[in-house]
Amino acid sequence: MSGLRRIPWALVLVVAALFVPALGSRFYTFVATDVAILALFAVSLNLLLGYTGLVSFGHAAYFGIGAYATGILMKKAGIPFLLAFPAAGVLAGLFALVFGFFCVRLTKIYFAMLTLAFAQIVWAICFKWNDVTGGEQGMPEIPYPDLAWMERLPLAGQLRTSDHFYLLTVVLVAACLWVLRRIVGSPFGRILTTIRENPERAEFIGVNVRRFELIAFVIAGAFAGLAGGLFGIFNRGVFPDFVYWSKSSEVLIMTILGGIGYFYGPAVGALVLLVLNQQITSYTQYWPFILGTILIVLLFAFPSGIVGALDAAARRLARPRRA
Amino acid sequence: MLEVRKVAKAFDGFQAVAGVSLAVPRGQIAAIIGPNGAGKTTLFNLITGHLRPDAGAVLLDGRDITGLPPHDVCRLGMGRSFQRINIFPRLTVFQNVQAGFISHRGRGLDLFSRVGQLYREETEALLESLGLLDRSGEVSGFLSHGAQKQLELGIALASEPRLLLLDEPTAGMSAAETRETIQLISRIAAERGLTLLFTEHDMEVVFSIAQKITVLHQGRVIAEGAPAEVRNDPEVRRVYLGERR
Repeated sequence: MSGLRRIPWALVLVVAALFVPALGSRFYTFVATDVAILALFAVSLNLLLGYTGLVSFGHAAYFGIGAYATGILMKKAGIPFLLAFPAAGVLAGLFALVFGFFCVRLTKIYFAMLTLAFAQIVWAICFKWNDVTGGEQGMPEIPYPDLAWMERLPLAGQLRTSDHFYLLTVVLVAACLWVLRRIVGSPFGRILTTIRENPERAEFIGVNVRRFELIAFVIAGAFAGLAGGLFGIFNRGVFPDFVYWSKSSEVLIMTILGGIGYFYGPAVGALVLLVLNQQITSYTQYWPFILGTILIVLLFAFPSGIVGALDAAARRLARPRRA
Repeated sequence: MLEVRKVAKAFDGFQAVAGVSLAVPRGQIAAIIGPNGAGKTTLFNLITGHLRPDAGAVLLDGRDITGLPPHDVCRLGMGRSFQRINIFPRLTVFQNVQAGFISHRGRGLDLFSRVGQLYREETEALLESLGLLDRSGEVSGFLSHGAQKQLELGIALASEPRLLLLDEPTAGMSAAETRETIQLISRIAAERGLTLLFTEHDMEVVFSIAQKITVLHQGRVIAEGAPAEVRNDPEVRRVYLGERR
């Protein structure tokens, strides 16, 4: 066990992911890009859900703001990706700061409802503000970043532009996940878990609960924005449904499906949900029906998610049987 | 050290605390007693900032702390334990206490160092003095009631308070556990030079360690003084101790 634990699995996975384009399938690269971006989105939500104990029902707002920020900057202003990408995180973080300021004043279901309310306001603005967001029609033809330099890299020279963008995505998502991982393993992350466990008690050990919740909200929003920035380019366009409440519930489902008690749980949830979606929609049009069924089974049989169920199974195997 | 001036609090017209004043000088062990519903816990909540009084003032070391939120009150040196178990149930015993140190010593906003071994020495020393060191790695929610009560005290002590408020520290404990806990509390208070204010229903406990007792009845102070004086106060005997004669 301890030998297996010493292997840096996350690094192994990142390196393995870099070889997906080598399989030569446009479809695999497409799914892998989708998974990587939404994994970051879901992990960012879990900073609130799993670590701070806050149920945000409007996380898509920050994803969408990031997507519009990068999209508008790159398409309309011709600003390079190098600047437009971080701008997505900064802008989404700023919006999270403003909205979060009000949200953390409420608790539980009222907090969730207010996050939803702000998200719907953002959606309405994106839907109607034709001059800036393209309104209902959205904003198609977001350019790819200039990745011609990748052709000089060994092994990557023969790949398509979408493959190059995938490689960039893997590296950026991995870097973001590394930062988030450091944050949850920091003293700050520990204080967040005390808020999740018992906000009243946290106050009495000197924790300014609202301030910590707000900081967590801003960090989660900023990383959701970065995920959105990548997604707009990947999707070749930014549309108002990025911000719609169904997008918020989708990422919530991924997070819970994977397991909110584990750092990589939401990433696994993103992988499983997207692959299932791809597979099942090629057989039937009743995807929502299947999704609902999956959710019900999940909530009753595996309340701690896929990773939680695997973890429990692994522990059972590792423990020597009592005769 | 602590001065409470005529604080009052009403809930929907019910006067839970009606103008209570009391003072606890540095180093004293003071107790508040009174029948159920006398307003003891409400008074605690008013002192620690959990509730804002309708009238009156609370002073800590001469500084007005009335209406400050609990996290500020805690930072000024007031720790508190609760009547109901109030811990971080899914964290380990070690993490429960360590969080107190992290917060108190201002490392809560540190986003990038690793939390694992932070304040390990301090945390383990405190767990040792509470007799919880060998349970350090256990998930605190699975501990026995008595051990959780002690952990509760440990969390409060991790904030390194000068004044400690304990709300029924032996509630729900067996006679043996109660005796042990009382010895523990007196020892720690003496070691750390703590000022202590506690509520308690067990009269044996109160009379054994308190230097001053305040008796609360229907939101008012009806008697105050050394244990012997309070014990012989006719009013106290009537409303509170009377039936047991």
